[in-house]
Amino acid sequence: MAEREIHLKRTGLYASGCSPVNMIQAVFYNEDMLVYDLEDSVPASEKDAARILVYQMMKHHRPRDKYVAIRVNGLYSEYFEEDIQVAVRANPDALRIPKVEYAREVQEISRRVAEIEEKIGLEAGKIELICNIESYMGVLNAREIASADPRVTALTVSAEDLTASMKAQRTKKGLEVFYARNAVLLACRAAGVDALDVVFSDINDEEGLREDTALAKNLGFDGKSVIHPRQIDVVNGFFTPSQKEINYALRVLDAVEKGRKAGKGAVTLDGSMIDKPIELRARTTLAQARAAGIKLDGMVTIK
Amino acid sequence: MEIKKTAMAGSMESSDCMVTVRPGIHGIQIDLQSDVKVMFGESILATVRQTLEELAVSDAEVSVLDRGALDCVIRARVQCAACRAAETSWDWTKEVVCLG
Repeated sequence: MAEREIHLKRTGLYASGCSPVNMIQAVFYNEDMLVYDLEDSVPASEKDAARILVYQMMKHHRPRDKYVAIRVNGLYSEYFEEDIQVAVRANPDALRIPKVEYAREVQEISRRVAEIEEKIGLEAGKIELICNIESYMGVLNAREIASADPRVTALTVSAEDLTASMKAQRTKKGLEVFYARNAVLLACRAAGVDALDVVFSDINDEEGLREDTALAKNLGFDGKSVIHPRQIDVVNGFFTPSQKEINYALRVLDAVEKGRKAGKGAVTLDGSMIDKPIELRARTTLAQARAAGIKLDGMVTIK
Repeated sequence: MEIKKTAMAGSMESSDCMVTVRPGIHGIQIDLQSDVKVMFGESILATVRQTLEELAVSDAEVSVLDRGALDCVIRARVQCAACRAAETSWDWTKEVVCLG
């Protein structure tokens, strides 16, 4: 099984597989993850054209320095079989799987991907899976889904389909999906994979986007899907560690290292004990900073 | 690949092209309309010809309305239109892995 690199997934932007202009323009924005879509944005009559176009774009114009995913149609759709043949050959970083409800579905998809990888000589386990949770059943089974297969590196929550399945009304405040967001987040933490938050649908409400993204960041999410390029920089800003957070993380790890050398069992910083979760959070902060391109070498820590 | 009927692929969006493939009897005949024909006409025609050759299409009338499509977009639209015109699906098992 391939060894996993850390990939920042602060923002994920979809580009429709039937629109060359969308696919070409999406490369020039600052999203961490670009998702070529074969699912909802592609009408049934254009599925064949979208597969060919996505494959050709990946072959000749794959974006550099971006995490590239392909969203295929769901496992039970009539399009899945051909989608997965194309998507694996296109060799993206990940497949985004919609409407996942059970761990066995993830395992079946992983098995199919492995078959194709072997057939075409691609490194086994290289292609990751990002599972979209879009129903109450998916939320209830999120823990099993997140740990279903080593390929799974992230779960996302899709609020529109989810609220429909719950018979809930979608609101801007999002209280109706608050439990689901947390359930999926905890499932991701238990499995050690990334948790990606719901989209904020009103592209003209920047203040609302800021509030919603601040909540997602405080809850513990690693990123958020966006529906419009203008949302990208706002969301990236929230999920990039601040200088203050980086300084604190450096001081935590410095204190831990000094304590280890001195043979101390317990280490304190500014009068507070540093336990394992604080050390883990500091390491995560620095990993996010590095992934965001912030150079940490020689950085001076300021108390 | 035998072209059996008229079929189209693509759109008139910017950066795309609309490709129409019809049955023909005099080899490959291509009608190209493009704002960049003076600069890139030969290159577009070569891409269309090469794509049809790879598909073993020997007789077809092809019309390309180009809106500034990249080479790979033209290739994709020709492949799709030809498959539709031949009433067949693309055989993905013959495609190699993209190495980026």
